[in-house]
Amino acid sequence: MNPVNYLYLAALLFTIGATGVLIRRNAIVVFMCVELMLNACNLAFVVFSRMHGNLDGQIIAFFTMVVAAAEVVVGLAIIVSLFRTRHSASVDDASLMKL
Amino acid sequence: MDNLIALLIAAPLLGAAVLLVGGRRLDAVGHWIGTLLSTTSFVLGLVLFAGLLGKDAENRTLTQHLWTWIPVGGFQADVTFRLDQLSMTFVLLITGVGSLIHLYSVGYMEHDERRRRFFGYLNLFLAAMLLLVLADNYLLLYVGWEGVGLASYLLIGFWQHKPSAATAAKKAFLVNRVGDMGLSIAIMLMFTTFGSFAFGPVLSHTGDTSEGRLTAIGLMLLLAACGKSAQVPLQSWLGDAMEGPTPVSALIHAATMVTAGVYLIVRSGAIFNAAPDAQLAVTVVGAVTLIFGAIVGCAKDDIKKALAGSTMSQIGYMVLAAGLGPIGYVFAIMHLVTHGFFKAGLFLGAGSVMHGMNDEVDMRKYGALRTYMPITFVTFGLGYLAIIGFPFLSGFYSKDAIIEAAFAKGGTQGWILGGVALLGAAITAFYMTRVMLMTFFGEKRWQPDAQGHEPHPHESPKTMTIPMIVLAVGSVFAGFFFHLGDRFLHWLEPVTGHSEGDSPIGATTITGATLVCLVVGVGIAWARYGRKPVPVVAPRGSLLTRAARRDLLQDDFNHVVLVRGGEHLTRSLVYVDHTLVDGVVNGTAAGVGGLSGRLRRVQNGFARSYAVSMFGGAALLVAATLLMRAV
Repeated sequence: MNPVNYLYLAALLFTIGATGVLIRRNAIVVFMCVELMLNACNLAFVVFSRMHGNLDGQIIAFFTMVVAAAEVVVGLAIIVSLFRTRHSASVDDASLMKL
Repeated sequence: MDNLIALLIAAPLLGAAVLLVGGRRLDAVGHWIGTLLSTTSFVLGLVLFAGLLGKDAENRTLTQHLWTWIPVGGFQADVTFRLDQLSMTFVLLITGVGSLIHLYSVGYMEHDERRRRFFGYLNLFLAAMLLLVLADNYLLLYVGWEGVGLASYLLIGFWQHKPSAATAAKKAFLVNRVGDMGLSIAIMLMFTTFGSFAFGPVLSHTGDTSEGRLTAIGLMLLLAACGKSAQVPLQSWLGDAMEGPTPVSALIHAATMVTAGVYLIVRSGAIFNAAPDAQLAVTVVGAVTLIFGAIVGCAKDDIKKALAGSTMSQIGYMVLAAGLGPIGYVFAIMHLVTHGFFKAGLFLGAGSVMHGMNDEVDMRKYGALRTYMPITFVTFGLGYLAIIGFPFLSGFYSKDAIIEAAFAKGGTQGWILGGVALLGAAITAFYMTRVMLMTFFGEKRWQPDAQGHEPHPHESPKTMTIPMIVLAVGSVFAGFFFHLGDRFLHWLEPVTGHSEGDSPIGATTITGATLVCLVVGVGIAWARYGRKPVPVVAPRGSLLTRAARRDLLQDDFNHVVLVRGGEHLTRSLVYVDHTLVDGVVNGTAAGVGGLSGRLRRVQNGFARSYAVSMFGGAALLVAATLLMRAV
């Protein structure tokens, strides 16, 4: 099968993730969309690794997974404490950082 | 013997320190301390003079190195004194006339409760003036130059309770500052040109320096001389300087300080010799001032201001002679010395008259004083004869020599300068005869003063008459003494150099012409002020007379051109500053502020809008990369 198709899939997943980040207000959903974008990148890395015939992309995919796991830990903690103080998981409610 | 040079300056400096720091305890003896220390300096000068006379003409330069003042890399300023024939002449003039005037002031300032301070200032002046003429480099000379300026300021404004005196002092100080700026620029130019400002290196390397540089230095030195010696265009302060006590006018504003400019030009002769353009400027300044001062002197009714105009004019003669180069240097100094005698004598005489006339200065309110003040009359009269160049008196020899030298310049210039000098001689004869006739001859025109006291003219005390007599003797014999066997010429020649010009007309003819001018001037004055009674209230006079009474409109000119011009300049500069400079600065600030105001709206706190800009930015980067690859 032509590996370029996998790239199209990765682009599609990335776009869905990005769109979700932009249009959804619930922090949990936004978070999941970020995960979706990360996994789209991972998929692209793996495809490029296959296309170029070396393992660099696959190794980087592992790194990304580690970073994503760390991010999930920190991110969920932030969301939980945000929910505790504001009783809402909407990202638009946390808009105090402005002039 | 070299070690004595510093003592010349130290004596009056000590006097100034003691008198000014000593306070009221010295009030009773202060004036005698001042006179004693000034006389000490004079005696030291005589000792040094005798020492110089004992040497060969070529070896008459003594130097004394005291310490290195500012040693910074290549910049080396020493406190070194140089005593040669030129400075010796000045030392004797300054300390001699200075001591006489100290003595005179003892009587003149008798009723002034600040007499001690007056003598302190006089001693300070002597020290600064001696430093000026004894310095071996231009920087040290500059110290003395500023010192005499300070002393002049303090003494013009000595009666500071009078607003006119305070203003006159400030005026003198400010106008002098313009000249001083010239001197400081000249010193800087010397340092960049010669790498030094000591007389030795500067004056011996003029041959291998570009003429443009030398002309610039010469013109700056001329500016300095104009300020200190009250030459056109910086002459306006001298008339007002007469607000000071009369001994000050005699010593500082007639005999010594105002001649410092002539000293500077003659001392820097090597520079001027190598820069003919600067030299020409010097002669022009001298010639213009010569006539300018004389015309002012003709119209003034204030006896001291008439004499001040005369001083300006006589210094014009000296500057003219100094501008003639080696033909004239010696005669400039010779006229300076004889002028020191007779003009100091004339001022002291004027002071004596004022002393007897309740400090009245208006000559229209004098008259017939010759019988009341015989000694003043005779000494003033001898000074008068000397200044107009009466045969065989001092002025006759020195002025005649300058007129001859002016003709000897040769060519059209020679004729013009000689003609101006002759004309000046005629005007000198006119205005001095006028002063003489109005003061000592004619009817009594005395008026009671503001308190209603009738004046009772009387002869002044001995402390005042003795200096007048000595100066009168000098006015009579100095010229003849200097002239005999060309003594003065041989004395100064090793320092200044001398060359005979070739005069288009013979010396006898010139002397004859001078005498004719003298007779014409005296004759006109006699016809106007001797034959007819002098009106007490000044007549309206011609346009020229009215202009001359206002110092030929010099103050008006300064006011309109410099003061008003300066005001307009500053106003327009302020306008430019407010509109253009501030406009740019404030505009930039307002622009940045407005832009920031817009930009900060981007910071709305919504995480999703930040995400939009992030994605947008990433998309732009990708697009740009693709575009670059495609190209």
